[in-house]
Amino acid sequence: MAKFLSLSEAVAENLKDGDTVAFEGFTHLIPHAAAHEAIRQGRKDLTLIRMTPDIVYDQMIGRGMAKKVIFSYAGNPGVGLLRRLRDAVENGFPQRIEIEEHSHAAMANAYEAGAAGLPCAVFCGYRGAGLKTVNPNIRSITCPFTGEELAAVPSIRPDVTFIHAQKANKRGDVLVEGIIGIQKEAVLAAKRAVVTVEEVVEDFADVHPNACILPSWTVTAISVVPGGAHPSYAHGYYARDNASYLEWDDISADRDRFHAWMEENVMKSSPDDFTGRVAGLRNE
Amino acid sequence: MMTEMSFTSDEMMTIAASRALTNDDVCFVGIGAPSAACNVARLTHAPDITLIYESGTIGTAPDVLPLSIGDGELCDTAVTTVSVPEMFRYWLQGGRISIGFLGAAQLDRFGNINTTVIGDYDKPKTRLPGGGGAPEIATSSGEIYITMKQSLRGMVEKIDFYTSFGHGDGGDHRQRLGITTKGPTLLITDLAVWRPDPVTKEFTVVSLHPGVKKEDVQKTCGWTVTFCDTLEETPAPTELELTTLRDLKARTKAAHEGAGSGNRKGKQTDG
Repeated sequence: MAKFLSLSEAVAENLKDGDTVAFEGFTHLIPHAAAHEAIRQGRKDLTLIRMTPDIVYDQMIGRGMAKKVIFSYAGNPGVGLLRRLRDAVENGFPQRIEIEEHSHAAMANAYEAGAAGLPCAVFCGYRGAGLKTVNPNIRSITCPFTGEELAAVPSIRPDVTFIHAQKANKRGDVLVEGIIGIQKEAVLAAKRAVVTVEEVVEDFADVHPNACILPSWTVTAISVVPGGAHPSYAHGYYARDNASYLEWDDISADRDRFHAWMEENVMKSSPDDFTGRVAGLRNE
Repeated sequence: MMTEMSFTSDEMMTIAASRALTNDDVCFVGIGAPSAACNVARLTHAPDITLIYESGTIGTAPDVLPLSIGDGELCDTAVTTVSVPEMFRYWLQGGRISIGFLGAAQLDRFGNINTTVIGDYDKPKTRLPGGGGAPEIATSSGEIYITMKQSLRGMVEKIDFYTSFGHGDGGDHRQRLGITTKGPTLLITDLAVWRPDPVTKEFTVVSLHPGVKKEDVQKTCGWTVTFCDTLEETPAPTELELTTLRDLKARTKAAHEGAGSGNRKGKQTDG
């Protein structure tokens, strides 16, 4: 059953040095508050998994916490490149990182395979794609019925997955709404799962029967962090802070400016600060 | 001759691209230039076009262009929003997409696209974001439209990395790899409309945008350009097309840059 914990307790109990961890969110519901807590706790040697590593992985890579990144699109969505990740890949600063690169289809299938308890994912993909030649984890398998050659990648099974969601009920069931991305699969594929939520409600009696709900017993810990996805957004609660994504391009362009920003906005900050960050972005 | 509204080459590119889309299309939309073209089509001649973004939003009709593929606007206006694995498995791999509309950082004459690295993969000069959904969009969509601005850096003799497969080395290369979809069938740049030669599959200029000369196209393209014998001139944007595009861009600019004004509404009082 999910335990309700403070974010610092939830991160300390569930994320260890050397872990393989996914902070998932497909543009929507990105667990920024949880990622910042991991940064404050100074975890290192992490293998970071995410389909669309954006600002939070740029921050972790820039702080030297990552030894490897597994991803399918490493950009600042709609803005451009990830400058801290680039500095690590192109210049080995602050340290060299290993990268394992896939396509979205591959990672989506790999998470689903992880959730389904399969050792690998099989799909129709990577035909003619260059990634096959640089990523030894992209292989092929022959359909035993038709002889068709299909792509195969290992399933994703993180030690721990962090996601942000709209709400939990008092039993600890979690509701995810809007662009649900890969959240459900990422939680079910992982050994442990930590969910930050906007709020806790009495029950889900008014929720549609086909809603995306993660039952309490699939979640390890829940922390209530209003605004915890900022500058990403929480459908029904607050809008995406597009200006912050645009600003990140400048902040991350310079090593010193990056460190100053991180000290001020992450290291000296706390989960409670997220409420104020979304105050002007709240839906009416 | 009637007075025509003046327009930029960027506007011509987006509008020419929008014209290629029809009401019956189910279009998997790449972010950036493709997104603008698809929404201009929807707001002008193709109101019933199905636009799909890889975040899982099916049949979306955004009022402003999304900054990312997963903006809330896309979900709010969609017929339905599915999970990302469902998107790639049932909808893309399942063969339900008629057109994949992609942009490119680097493109070659056979419609192969690079958005991964400039330089060597292991020691890149520039690490680009990577493929995202494109490698499978390129092979699972019925056909592929590409739109990009011409430049010597972008349109090259040989791309540094095959992120998304077009026609490979040309000819029947797709079929030889077991790919059954058509691949790139249209390229729209800021200067011209290109279609692949039926046999060699090399992109060939079929139409020049108004005021563009052959040498303009060649000067901004890294391979030796082939021009169609029956070269046409792209019709200039109509007033409706231009107004639609400019209004869309203005709404988008207000929403994205003015996060303090456009997005930030009153405070929520409950739940």
